[in-house]
Amino acid sequence: MDKYMEMIRIRFLMMLAYRTNYYTGILIYCINIGAYYFLWSAIYSGKSSIQGMSIEQMTTYVAVSWMARAFYFNNIDREIAMEIKEGKVATELIRPYSYLGMKTMQGLGEGIFRLLFLSLPGVVVTALLFPLHFSMNITTWMYFILSITLSFIINSELNLLAGVVTFFTLNNEGLLRAKRFIIDLFSGLILPISFYPDWAQQAMKYFPFQGISYIPSMIFTESFQGQAIINGLMFQLIWSVILLIPIQVLWKLAKKQLVIQGG
Amino acid sequence: MFYVSVFFQYMGQYMKTKLQYRADLFVEFISDLMFQAVNLIFILVIFGHTSLLHGWTRDEMIFIYGFFLVPFALFGAFFNIWDFNERYIVRGELDRVLTRPVHSLFQIVLERMELESLLGGVTGIIIMMYAGSRLHLELHWYDLFVFILFVVGGMLVYAGVFISLATVSFWSDARSSIMPMMYNISNYGRYPIDIYNRVIRYVLTWVLPFAFVGVYPSAYFLGKKEWYIYSFLTPVVGIVFFVLAVFLWNAGVKRYRGAGN
Repeated sequence: MDKYMEMIRIRFLMMLAYRTNYYTGILIYCINIGAYYFLWSAIYSGKSSIQGMSIEQMTTYVAVSWMARAFYFNNIDREIAMEIKEGKVATELIRPYSYLGMKTMQGLGEGIFRLLFLSLPGVVVTALLFPLHFSMNITTWMYFILSITLSFIINSELNLLAGVVTFFTLNNEGLLRAKRFIIDLFSGLILPISFYPDWAQQAMKYFPFQGISYIPSMIFTESFQGQAIINGLMFQLIWSVILLIPIQVLWKLAKKQLVIQGG
Repeated sequence: MFYVSVFFQYMGQYMKTKLQYRADLFVEFISDLMFQAVNLIFILVIFGHTSLLHGWTRDEMIFIYGFFLVPFALFGAFFNIWDFNERYIVRGELDRVLTRPVHSLFQIVLERMELESLLGGVTGIIIMMYAGSRLHLELHWYDLFVFILFVVGGMLVYAGVFISLATVSFWSDARSSIMPMMYNISNYGRYPIDIYNRVIRYVLTWVLPFAFVGVYPSAYFLGKKEWYIYSFLTPVVGIVFFVLAVFLWNAGVKRYRGAGN
């Protein structure tokens, strides 16, 4: 366990060395949140609520989804693809730890860094610029923390899955881009799932994507109440367990047929 | 004339290298299409819940987005200067460029050409035709020329802003993240300008004139008479910003001392 803690720490320190990059990161997030804020204000003009959400809840939804994204987002799929291309994965495999576990821990180190240096100051800045509503209810916050932890797990598992596929395809730029497209659209980052037409909402129930952004943001804005919160968290929990299966299977197969090109 | 022949020679070389890796090219096409689809789906979904957005209809919004894609594709194809600082200043590649008898900016434009981005323009035209036919827009014979004029104007606005930003690296070595920031700001130009507050409207018109890439020129084709003045300013603003950028570039090149080996 100690070695994994150390990996989180090292990645955190690595990010800390380049922290000035993140000041502009905060600005970029604010610019994006701003664009959606004005769009949603125009969409809501005259309406007090759409799909059960008020404009205030929607603004908060947008801000929180972007700030949560800073935490769960990582590039471990690209890193794995890179290490396979460069042959570095060979040395990683002979080391006494789980390669995928190490990648996840590095992702977590990055996530914690961005949570502290991007999300937290970002929330303060956006709260000054836009009318956000923060819940005073401690249980909402507890559910939210649990929920973004699960979104980190689901997102990382999807990244690992995409990364492991590289062992078979060697070059999977196309898959990585397709995954990004799907996550942008169906995780709830740019649009709450409840805004999609019914058939699309039904279809999305069978995919893990809304567990990444939609569920935590709905919990935070208190658009989910009572049973809906529990259902949301269960959805996330079940998917984070189910996704382990294909990762394990593919990982076993991948190790068997790995060919190192150089290194 | 010399510049034209250089242009076509570069283009020929470019085609040869790209066609070597057809699978990669295909992947790039598809992922560009997906990227454009995200924004389109966003517009389609929100208009499932409202019929007007500050007086703009769904099809008008789609038209603006379609128009925006055309100058943006041209910009993406010819002004790939995102990594100017790392590639040309830090690694000293600019030394090589400066020894040759063609204007340095023109050479960089040619070297960094990415013609596959032009496909985005085709998508944009298809989207415009779809929206335009639903809106029953009246077209005149001269509208084609107006369209070309506005598209070039919009492209020059983008080029002007991003070249000016690239020249910052002649004065400061620090790796800047202004470029991605500007890219995010430029997204504001895709939506009707009147949804923003007065400060942002002013900035998007006169300081970082991204409104001239999407809303303003589209307003002409959509017959929104109140915006006509701005529509016809598109080529003017484009030329002013581009000329300014070239001046900054030339001044920057004079200061350049070389960093690589």
